[in-house]
Amino acid sequence: MSFCRCLALILTALVLAGCAKGAPEEKARAQGGIYGADTLVTGSIGEPSNLIPILSADSASSDVAGLVYNGLVRYDKDLKLEGDLARSWEVSPDGLGITFHLRRGVKWHDGHDFTSRDVLYTYRVTIDPKTPTAYAEDFKQVQSAQAVDDYTFRVRYAKPFAPALASWGMPILPAHLLEGKEITKSPLSRSPVGTGPFVFKEWIPGQRVMLERNPEYYEGAPRLSRYVYRIIPDSSTMYMELKAGGIDMMGLSPVQYQRQTNTREFLARFNKYRYPASAYTYLGYNLRLPVFQDRRVRQAITCAINKEEIVAGVLLGMGQLAHGPYKPGTWAYKPKVAADPAYDPARSALLLREAGYVMGQDGILVKDGKPLSFTIMTNQGNDQRLKAAQIIQRRLKKVGIDVKIRVMEWASFLTNFIDKGRFEAVLLGWTIGQDPDLYDVWHSSKTGPKELNFVGYKNPELDRLIVEGRGTFDTEKRRACYYQIQEILAQDQPYTFLYVPDALPVVTSRVKGIEPAPAGIMHNLIRWYVNQ
Amino acid sequence: MANYLIKRILMLIPLLIGITLITFTVIHLAPGEPVEMQTAMSPKVSAQSRARLREFYGLDKPLYVQYGLWISHLARLDFGRSFAPDNRPVLDKIKERIPITISLNVIALILEFGIAIPIGIMAAVHRDTLLDRGISVFVFVGFAVPTFWLALLCMYLFGVKLSWLPISGIHSLGSEHLPFLARMGDMAKHLLLPVAIATFGSLAGLSRYMRSTMLEVLSQDYITTARAKGVKERIVIYRHALKNALLPVITLLGFSLPGLIGGSVIFETIFAIPGMGQLFYQGVMARDYPLVMGILVIGACLTLIGNLLADLSYALADPRIRHGRG
Repeated sequence: MSFCRCLALILTALVLAGCAKGAPEEKARAQGGIYGADTLVTGSIGEPSNLIPILSADSASSDVAGLVYNGLVRYDKDLKLEGDLARSWEVSPDGLGITFHLRRGVKWHDGHDFTSRDVLYTYRVTIDPKTPTAYAEDFKQVQSAQAVDDYTFRVRYAKPFAPALASWGMPILPAHLLEGKEITKSPLSRSPVGTGPFVFKEWIPGQRVMLERNPEYYEGAPRLSRYVYRIIPDSSTMYMELKAGGIDMMGLSPVQYQRQTNTREFLARFNKYRYPASAYTYLGYNLRLPVFQDRRVRQAITCAINKEEIVAGVLLGMGQLAHGPYKPGTWAYKPKVAADPAYDPARSALLLREAGYVMGQDGILVKDGKPLSFTIMTNQGNDQRLKAAQIIQRRLKKVGIDVKIRVMEWASFLTNFIDKGRFEAVLLGWTIGQDPDLYDVWHSSKTGPKELNFVGYKNPELDRLIVEGRGTFDTEKRRACYYQIQEILAQDQPYTFLYVPDALPVVTSRVKGIEPAPAGIMHNLIRWYVNQ
Repeated sequence: MANYLIKRILMLIPLLIGITLITFTVIHLAPGEPVEMQTAMSPKVSAQSRARLREFYGLDKPLYVQYGLWISHLARLDFGRSFAPDNRPVLDKIKERIPITISLNVIALILEFGIAIPIGIMAAVHRDTLLDRGISVFVFVGFAVPTFWLALLCMYLFGVKLSWLPISGIHSLGSEHLPFLARMGDMAKHLLLPVAIATFGSLAGLSRYMRSTMLEVLSQDYITTARAKGVKERIVIYRHALKNALLPVITLLGFSLPGLIGGSVIFETIFAIPGMGQLFYQGVMARDYPLVMGILVIGACLTLIGNLLADLSYALADPRIRHGRG
């Protein structure tokens, strides 16, 4: 739209504004506008960046792509791997090869047949050095990949690699539209063609992305006719849109969930859901500093922190205490970790005394003339982390540890402090991957600059267990490794694991058929429906 | 005059080069790189993938080479491709955002001048009366109240409680299928709140300025003469005084022209308006160098053109400037 025309339109529009009526239109909006009640509108803070999944890393893009594409495998509602485009698969006896048997009769949204050629293309383009993707790592472990026939695909690895299977959950791209073309300039990044339950319809930049039901979907057509992402960058605006009927679904904050949505009117119009999110928040220590090299000091800090108070104060109870890097309820999570230090200020004081600290005159512990004092850094724009830091500050003060808090913009935080190791303690969070492999964050080989074990934790026993855990496909054997790992981490306290927050989605009560499960509520989206 | 014009235009060239240099330096001084922002703290990204991304964006080359490449493209009016994962041409991204921003700014500007000038005159004419004080209070409330807060309150009142107006965005879902007039009405309702609040917040400066210039003019001898001659008060004010009082205000209008392409981030974020402010902010946060530099260069050029036009009109009005005799 040219500028002049746009201006003219808006001026006309403003003149008309006076005579436009409000109320009936609002009702219409609440039910998907002229698209009817079976259109579901959801709010998204961010705008997708690129709808070719291997080229983007943001959650808005992967949310949309998740409905348009399929992978070979996926996680079911109980977070177990199941076949998606692959009907079934076999792991060879030596644990090095996987053979996928692909589903027949699956069609791309443009009518082409889906075959093993698409899988092979997706693999090749991902590892192609010319493709600017962040996801090549898992596929680089592959030694050879071949399309045996149209519906059989075989890969071989150099060494047994348990996360391999899950890595084939990567969305499969249409070879017939992309092969031989430059993927970064493909129109598919703005109008994707997939095999998934929803067909891409339109993307109005800065405003919305609209998907329509795929009547040919291999699991049956979704019962909702349209799925719309409205881009609303401000969360209070989004909440008001929800109340006014402009959107049907969003994630609530703990305050909204607990304090603002318990009216009878709201509960009649919406259903609230609650389940643990796949993320945890932690207090990490720079283990290269002498003060934190003493395990007793780390244990003492954990003992001095009342995690329950943090969950109550920061999340209003909408979360659980964390003891380790796994999500409660998943198969790798150990429910009772014996070595986990409970909240116990007396024990904390004892540990600090053992470590050689004595109380100074100003109420701060001192060792060799140096006060026990450190700074917790966290990133700007995350109020929960700041609040948690403040609660910790107060608790540690009581046992004689002086804590300062510094909040910083994300980019300078990473470049000037994390990457250079110039920090004492950080309050940050990790997302919990669906595969329990911990290599990237905890293995001692990952302590280099820009690598994720930035606290510098090195423990040969832990390294051995991590490698053992990723080297077998046997879930029981893996579980044993991860249970032991949780004990070691609880003993060593390289982090104080703080909490796992809850995801708090809310959906209009017009939509039926939602089944909350460990994986959340989106797993059976195609069976959601609306009573007309 | 032609000489003056040529001199002024030649002077723009070093200025433009300076602007590109400063723009480039400032954005590269900010900590963090585009690749960093996309891949930091992601367990799946290895050092090789990071190096691969840097190479793809040309970030592995020395800074002066990067600057040279950028400036040589810029000379051909090629703003390059965005460093965001979509990798789209910067110009496309700006093009789809700029109409709504300029339109909103123009409407708000028209309203601002259309309201602030009359109430400024009114305040001057009725100096020190209840009306004057009332106007002062009104415009200063607008000035002092944080717009985002007022915006949220209005959205809650008109959108949630009364359901008179939509809350955010610029179109309703499916409005593209409506007939033309209904579509316009729909857009108008979406824009009513943002425009009204933006205007309310900007009245103070201009109306107070108008009031003081008007008072100054009204105290001059020729006004007293006009009144002494028995000219009607209405004619004294609107024919004799207003013309002179408006001159400096027109200069103010000139100053506000470059601001037309800049959007307010907070405003656009709250109302979910896909304008330039949001684009620029996201660009800065993601360290999207080409996008940020593109917007800055366009803004700077507009400012230069605005200044040039202002100087030229002065020159037209004042022969002393034109002939360089100060």
